[in-house]
Parts: sequence; C-alpha cells; structure tokens
Amino acid sequence: MDFNDTPEEAKFRVEVRAWLEANAKPKDPNKARAGRSNKAEADRLASARVWQAKKAEAGYAAITWPTEFGGLGGSSIQSVIYSQEESNFEVPGGFFDIGLGMCIPTMMAWATKEQNERFVKPALYGEEIWCQLFSEPSAGSDVAGLRTKAERDGDDWVINGQKVWTSGAHYCDYGIIVTRSDPTAPKHKGLTFFFLDMKSPGIEVRPIKQISGESNFNEVFFTDVRVPDSQRLGDVGEGWKVALTTLMNERLAIGQGSGVDYTELLKLARQTELETGPAIKDANVREHLADWYVETQGLKYTKFRTLTALSKGETPGPESSIGKIVSGPKMQDLASFAMDLQGQGGILQGDEDAEMNAAFQNQWMWGAGYRIAGGTDEILRNIVSEQVLGLPQDIRVDKKVPFNELPGSGRK
Amino acid sequence: MNFDFSDDQKMLKDQARKFLDDTCTLDHVRKILEGDASHDDAVWKGLCDLGFAGAAIPEEFGGLGLGPLELCVLAEELGRCVAPVPFSSSIYLAAEALKNFGNQTQKETWLPQLATGACIGTLSASEGTQPPSPATVKTTFADGKLNGTKIPVADAMIAGLAIVLANTGGKGERALSLVAVDLSAEGINRREVETIDPTRGHGEIVFENAPATLVGKEGDGWDNYRRIEAGAAVLVAFEQVGGAEAAMNMAKEYALERYAFGRQIGSYQAIKHKIADMYVKLELARSNAYYGAMAFAEDAGDLELAAAAARISATEAYRFAAQESIQVHGGIGFTWEANTQFHYRRSKLLALSLGSASRWKDRLVSELEKSNVA
Repeated sequence: MDFNDTPEEAKFRVEVRAWLEANAKPKDPNKARAGRSNKAEADRLASARVWQAKKAEAGYAAITWPTEFGGLGGSSIQSVIYSQEESNFEVPGGFFDIGLGMCIPTMMAWATKEQNERFVKPALYGEEIWCQLFSEPSAGSDVAGLRTKAERDGDDWVINGQKVWTSGAHYCDYGIIVTRSDPTAPKHKGLTFFFLDMKSPGIEVRPIKQISGESNFNEVFFTDVRVPDSQRLGDVGEGWKVALTTLMNERLAIGQGSGVDYTELLKLARQTELETGPAIKDANVREHLADWYVETQGLKYTKFRTLTALSKGETPGPESSIGKIVSGPKMQDLASFAMDLQGQGGILQGDEDAEMNAAFQNQWMWGAGYRIAGGTDEILRNIVSEQVLGLPQDIRVDKKVPFNELPGSGRK
Repeated sequence: MNFDFSDDQKMLKDQARKFLDDTCTLDHVRKILEGDASHDDAVWKGLCDLGFAGAAIPEEFGGLGLGPLELCVLAEELGRCVAPVPFSSSIYLAAEALKNFGNQTQKETWLPQLATGACIGTLSASEGTQPPSPATVKTTFADGKLNGTKIPVADAMIAGLAIVLANTGGKGERALSLVAVDLSAEGINRREVETIDPTRGHGEIVFENAPATLVGKEGDGWDNYRRIEAGAAVLVAFEQVGGAEAAMNMAKEYALERYAFGRQIGSYQAIKHKIADMYVKLELARSNAYYGAMAFAEDAGDLELAAAAARISATEAYRFAAQESIQVHGGIGFTWEANTQFHYRRSKLLALSLGSASRWKDRLVSELEKSNVA
C-alpha cells in the first residue's frame, strides 16, 4: 500500500513536469485560492487559446484520445498525472472542458469520418469552442422531457425552442443539441440529435444572471434555425441514444468542487474570538471541523482508490460516483458555518471588508448552484441507488405515453 | 498509485470470509445473544487454529509475524458477520499493548498464549459511566499491587490476562500507568454485566491487592494507552466498515423484497436515497480506513490523525446503516426475530468501546492544530 507511481508512471510524470516547466509559470503558493477573477473574459479566453494550442501540439490536450484524432493514445492514469502536474502551474483553462470532454467525444462516436476530420482538430487546438444544448426551462433532471422542436424541411431541419444553462454559448462556435422531432412518440423515442453552427441565423444567446450576480451560463433561443440533415448524429428518433454518449462523459468532465475547505475554516477559527473564548476551542466548532476534514479526506482517498484501479488498468468501481453528493452540500454548509462564526460581520461580501476576500460568502452563493449543476443531489442519489446498488427505478408514468399527451410536458 | 491491499492480503481476507460464512452466520450469533455463553468458542478456536489471532504477533512469540494490514482485512470480515469473539480485546488491545510496551518477560509469557488463543487478553480503562482520563481513573497500582474496580471490561469473564490503566500517583497526565494482571491470580473478583450487546460479553473486575507488573514506564500510561487506542481505532474502523456494509445490504435486500402500495419499497426515493446515503458514508469510511491502515502500517507519525479520521468516519457509517436499516425494515425490524438488531447493538458498542466520536473529533482537531495546516 503506497501512493507511489509505477516506474512507467514516474517516467511520464518527469516528462510532463519538464514540459510544463519549460512552457508555464509555477503557481504562487501565497496567492489567495478563492475569490472572483477580475480579468475580462475576452482576455482570459485569448490566453486560454494560446495555452490550449501549445498543449495540443505537445499531445497533452487529449491524452487518452487515439492518435488519429490528435490524441496521445495514452492511458487514463497518464491523463490524471498530467492534470496533477498542471495544477501546480499558473495556466488558463475552463473554456474547452465541455467541448473536449463531452461534445467532441460524442462527435467521435457518431459523426462521419469527414466531419471528424473537419472538427476534431480545431476543437483540440482551442480554435473552435463547443457547447452542449440539452437542458430546457421545463426539462432539467428529466432532460428527455425537452420540447425544442425539429421539423424536417427538404434537406434541412428547422429548429424552434429554447435551451438553458448553456455554459459559454456566447463565445462558442458549435454546439450539440437534442430536439424533439416527433411529439406523438413516447418521450425517449421522439428525439433527434444534431450538431450546429452557433452563428446560424435565428440563434439568440442571452446571459442568465445567477443569484451570485455573475453570469456564467446562457439561455439560447432558436427561431427557425436551419440545420442540414447531414449534421444529424444518429438516426431520426434515436437522439436519446446519442445523448447518453454525451451524458456518460459528463461525470468525467464535471470536476470536483474546489474552493474554501477545512483549512480555511481552521484558519478562521484560530483568529476568531467568540463570547466564550477562541472559536478554535469551541466544542461545536471542533466537531464541525473534524466532520468536514473527514469528508474531505474521505473523498481524497476515494479518488486514490479510483486512481489505483486506473493504474492497474482496471475499470474504477462505482465509488467515484459519490464525489459530488458529498462535496456539494459540504461546500455550502461549511461556508454557511464560517459565516455564522463571524456574527453580523458574516454578511459582508465586499472584497475589502469581508474575511478572506469574501471567499466564504462567494462559496455560500455558489454552493447553492453546485448542488444542482450536472446532476442534482437527488438525481445523483437515484444514480447511486439504481446503478450501483441495483434498486428499482422510479415508476415511469411517462414511458409509453405519446409525449404530446403527457401532463405538464408536451400537451397543449 | 497503489492504494489497495496486496493480493496476499486479499487472499487472507477471502480465507477469513469463507471460514466465517460457514461457521459464523447470524444464527450462530443469535445463539450467543440468547444463550449464556459469552462468546462463540468454536468460531474463536477456528480463528486461532487458522493462525488469525497470531497474525500480527512476531514469529519469535509464536505468531505469523505479519502486520497491521493483515489485521485490517481480518477485522473487516469479523465486523461483517458481527463475530461474537474476543478478537479485538485479545489482539487489537492486549497483544498490541504488550508488543509495543511490554518487557521481554511479559512478551515471552503472554504473546505465545494470545497467538494460539490459549489465553484471552483484554484491556480495561473504564470505571463506570464517565470516560476514563488521568483525572477520573481511581484504580491504583503501588508496590506491585492493584486495587480498584473496572467496569465495563470486554471479555472479563473469559480473559486470563488484563492490561489495566491504573493510577500510580504522578501529576496530571503522568498519573497513569499500564499494568499487566494475571487474572487467575488471587485478589480478583469478577461478575458479568448486562450491556446493549450481549454478543460481546462484558464484566466488572474488582482488584483487591492483585499482583500486577508495569507495562511500559511508570507515568507513561496515558500516552501509551492513547497510542494503543489509535491502532485499535483503525482496526475497529475496519470492523465498522464490514458491519456497515452488511447492514446496508440487509436494508437493500429487504427494500427489494418488500412491497407497499403496489410497488417495491426500494422504488420510493425516501427509501432508496436513504440506502444511497448508507453507501456514500460507507465509501468515505472505507477510504478513510484505508488511509488509517497505511498510517498504522508505516508508523510515520500521522497515526493519531489518520486513526481519528478513520474512526469518526466508520462510526458514522455504521451508526447510520444500522439505525436506518431498522427504519427501512419497518415494524419487523424492531422485533426480536429480525437480524437488524445485531448491527444496531454492535454499531453502538463499537462506537463507544474506544470512546465516543466527540472525543475523537477533539483529538483530530488537536492534531490539525499541531500540524499547522492553516
């Protein structure tokens, strides 16, 4: 039992580290890790593109992809090793994760050879950015209940409707979309999947303002948007099957929660004086600190167990599915508790006035959304109980009914 | 990254599982619950004959000379079947205390007997209904004689050796020392006591000028006791993980077979999410226990922190699984006939046997304060 690399892993790590040292700046350990970035998005995007191209040229942008798609043909553990090493460097990112983690793998599985030759490389090099158009105002957890319409018109399809929670739609070049092509078929049977040009006439992108006041997602409106049939992925009516390819990759693409954790709470408790004495000596504070430490460590070592399986060339067990169930509520609860410790001052959110640049307050805001994005706490518990533990699915009253006869869904 | 047990250790685990699956079913455990015996002697003898009791005892003292990792895999299997045997008292506590702090004579006298099961050992600290500490332990050791009352003591009625936490008159934390007592000697009175978990016998021992010898240095008792507790906390965490998994599986199987309102109760989110939560807590506990095992085996200085995390996590996982398994079962789960009670009883017994979760949370944060992470 140890945390050591195998000789091959160690060799790869040395290579990766040498490349990073030659091409990137190490992180400054004294810089605050939480807080909001003030740099304009366009500037961040420009530098992210430069870094992405460099990475792609070296083969590190898609380590596990086959070489014919510009990947390294490497293993999952190599991909992890690269991420571990990269996290020690100051590099821009965040713009390509959905495209390369979800959209392009879906293309690789369903698009034609010519299409992949056209689209994979520009995405990999950060020249073109992709988004995913699945969720709708009335189809979140139950995404197959979506209503955006696609109607056949000659060699084209005409799309009308609305998508929501689309990260980066305003700077994306292409998107993958699931639509309802047959409202008379049952929910999962009437869907058809396309990829489309986000600059097509009839697409309007509007930012969503979140409770944090920031805008990281969009609503996307479709009015008579024409998409050629050649951009259909999978058969007509088989869109759900294609969507599952994307969703299978979602768990891999959505990272674990970062931000303030027990170390910051410990720091706060040490410097905070309560009526009864130092917060760090308070039994209630100590209990909470210990609980969150144990959760954080539990997740860390669960990840190590997963990595061990990858390192041995095995498929990781289902234990990796617990990450977001634990980290979501922890993120929110820990931030809330830290704010409580500060008394009325806990409401301060200005960078200057608030404790630790308002890291706790910002996380408290964000935590509410993190528990919903990419699978709510409740959906994740369904997944664990059904797919890991083999408990029955919920009774699906909508399984065999034509979509347009369902209450609250397609019925007009 | 190799954060897993070795193939040999997994083989040992399978071997233990096969043996226990055959000999230590819940029907066997029920016989102990309902009968007068303090433990299942056939299972205990079998475990000793297979060499498991002596697994981590050095070869020169009649053991197999393996280490903490081997004990961890055995512990998980013992926990899974709620084994009614004195393994933890005799091995995690008494044998480990002698291994770490005993002198050559004590090791030569007792370890070979503990390895074969010829003698059962125990460790006793508690003196009634408050946690033991340098301020509360009243049992005294002076001039080679032990005086005082210990209650509850695990396996008190069957043990031949007790390691006892006693007051030797020093100041503050230096007040305590560990001593070894041959329980067949004079000056020992014991009686069985009733506890929440009769599948693990407990008793009261009254020492009246009982002859005893120091284990470790005088005044080091509290430190040494806490060191033994930390190792045992890791091993008990594996028992708790095994127990939590068994309790979760019991709930899951019942949720699949029981119908209400025309459907399996496991199809209701109120039930399935509860069981998903059991799984989440179990996986966190397992991961923390693995790290505890590694820290125990490597002895690189972070055992206290790793053991506290393992114990807190596993205590919570087993508490939740055992308690909510009864809830999933509904009325039948509250009956004497149901097997849910074994985990309910054992989970609380284990949660308290080395001190409560609150106490370990305090220990954990004390370590964090020392490690200066923030």
